[in-house]
Amino acid sequence: MHLMYFTEQPMSAYPADEGRKRGATALMFSNRHFDPVAGSRLYNEYLEHYRLAEEVGFDGIMLNEHHNAPFCMQAKCNVFASILAAMTKRVKIVLLGNPLPLADNPVRLAEELAMIDMVSRGRLVSGFVRGGGQEQLATGVNPAFNRERFEEAHELIVRAWTQEGPFRFEGTHYQHRVVNPWAVPLQKPHPRVWIPGVLSKETIIWAARQRYPYIALSTAIDATKKIWELYDSVAAEAGYTGGPENRGYLQRCHVAETEEKALANARQFMWMQGEFTGLAHPVWSSPSGYFSPSYRKAFVEYAVGRGSNPRAAAFEDQIRDQQIIAGTPKTVLPKLRRLLEETRPSILGFWASDGFVSNADATTCIRLLGQEVLPAVREMGKELGLWSPFEANAPVSISQPAPAAHPNGA
Amino acid sequence: MTPTASALAWTTEEVRVAGSSVRLRTAGQGAPLLVLHHDIGTPEQLPFYEALAQRFTVLLPSHPGYDGSERPAWMRSVRDVAVTYQALLAARGLADASVVGLGFGGWIAAEMATMAPRGFRRMVLVGAMGVKPAAGEILDQALVSYIDYVRAGFTDQAAFDRLFGADPPTAQLEQWDLNREMTFRIAWKPYMYNPTLPPLLGGVATPTLIVWGREDRIVPVACADQYARALPTSRLAVLEHGGHFLDMEQPDTLAKLVVQFAAEA
Repeated sequence: MHLMYFTEQPMSAYPADEGRKRGATALMFSNRHFDPVAGSRLYNEYLEHYRLAEEVGFDGIMLNEHHNAPFCMQAKCNVFASILAAMTKRVKIVLLGNPLPLADNPVRLAEELAMIDMVSRGRLVSGFVRGGGQEQLATGVNPAFNRERFEEAHELIVRAWTQEGPFRFEGTHYQHRVVNPWAVPLQKPHPRVWIPGVLSKETIIWAARQRYPYIALSTAIDATKKIWELYDSVAAEAGYTGGPENRGYLQRCHVAETEEKALANARQFMWMQGEFTGLAHPVWSSPSGYFSPSYRKAFVEYAVGRGSNPRAAAFEDQIRDQQIIAGTPKTVLPKLRRLLEETRPSILGFWASDGFVSNADATTCIRLLGQEVLPAVREMGKELGLWSPFEANAPVSISQPAPAAHPNGA
Repeated sequence: MTPTASALAWTTEEVRVAGSSVRLRTAGQGAPLLVLHHDIGTPEQLPFYEALAQRFTVLLPSHPGYDGSERPAWMRSVRDVAVTYQALLAARGLADASVVGLGFGGWIAAEMATMAPRGFRRMVLVGAMGVKPAAGEILDQALVSYIDYVRAGFTDQAAFDRLFGADPPTAQLEQWDLNREMTFRIAWKPYMYNPTLPPLLGGVATPTLIVWGREDRIVPVACADQYARALPTSRLAVLEHGGHFLDMEQPDTLAKLVVQFAAEA
């Protein structure tokens, strides 16, 4: 198994009452509520959490990015990836990921990622995402071409990594008369690409066609099983058998010394889901053209307050469905086992804390996970045959072979 | 202004032209009048259309990709729509049609006029998008719900309620979403204007009437003056207490202005 540590890097230090007053804490929630003194403290605390996560035995650190919202302080995941590339020694740096459609110059992204791969001595996993709906508005990018830009930027980046330059790229959304980045990745044929997602069937199908592992982001177990049914059927059409090495899952999982404390802290997972501050805004989170036409009805009803958020569920339901797991190391293990048995992922991210969980509790959670949860989960993984892409030496993609060993490989 | 029982009998056809399939509806009798609808699309029937059809042969195309018409995936700009409609007029042999452009449709009409400076007999621009406001901003529909956006275009909310219902049905919202998506595809950036349009308007010889609602909350009334300055043979009529959707709020007043202006020699 590949076991990762993850935090959204919540910017919890802002006046929640202002958020409630505004009714949303995204996009148009004024950045006058951002406190850079608290921001500086939090960024450095998060760096210490990452350092600790490596120390206690996580295999990877998962990073992401969002814009114009307090639920995630990372405005550029490549910045933290760069820091971790130098600061850590062993963990994989797993970006889930760079929002491709937001990039006006994907070649520059290819260069940045190549630099991170070299500085980290080949520890980069370069995931790609479409970016949330409001991210399109935060960056002025046309939501109606989101998926087209995603696919085209991906093609350009992989070519920039694998095809000798100079070459010319004339796409629909990207035109580059000269593609010849001097920096290329250390890992060959190229860093692994994993694709995270929540809802869009199109993304699951696309990932399966590429033979990229898909990382289900905290979906309920039944929904996760449906994802793998779809993935495996597309895999079969594409000529390979889907297995654990293609499957990842991000589990909200908070552990503490007592059951009560764990449950109280786990409620903070609802923080970014809007329970405390009404974070999401139904119009900004689903701009026209961004979502799949098959969801048009659900999203227009949500946008005018007629339907509930197609992405949301209540805390109690999420505890019942194991979208949130909370407890002592002893009590969370059977739940994790159920997840592994029923959905068979080989990549497992632990989203450990969120919201206003204190630095002390977040640190304790990482330590307990490392000391008492990860070793047991590893044993379960071996017993269940959940071999990660690294352990299985799986091909990098449908068209690229398994990685060759590189001279300074980690 | 409730849609009446004597609703217009439209003839509907699909016209293949310039890489698009344009759904064209026609009604009425008289000189040809091209009517270009708003970014929100248009209801099937409106008293405004009825009033115009008494005096003109009204040609009401659905902008390509709007209101369920076929989406030209290649289309990227409002100018593309304008070229398409020029081809449509040419295919119909309509050398001297007049045009009424409503809001977003006004922008399309203005672009068309720059392409064929003597192409229209008369042009009426109503709350037209297309130029960057010297003061204020064109309302960003990406930030507001479908209902709030359309309501913003009315000063008289009762008129909205009569046309769409106080709480519009989901099917209407889906149609607005579809139209919004198409608007994003062709007018995302810069949002709702073309920086090269104002200088090109200087070459337009078509007599133009610019009509604006003083209380237009979607396109600031400052744009009325900018259009008036940019178009050499134009004049301006500002309606007090009028919003953006004058055709739906004050159909009789607006139709009268169009008829009078078209009747001038």
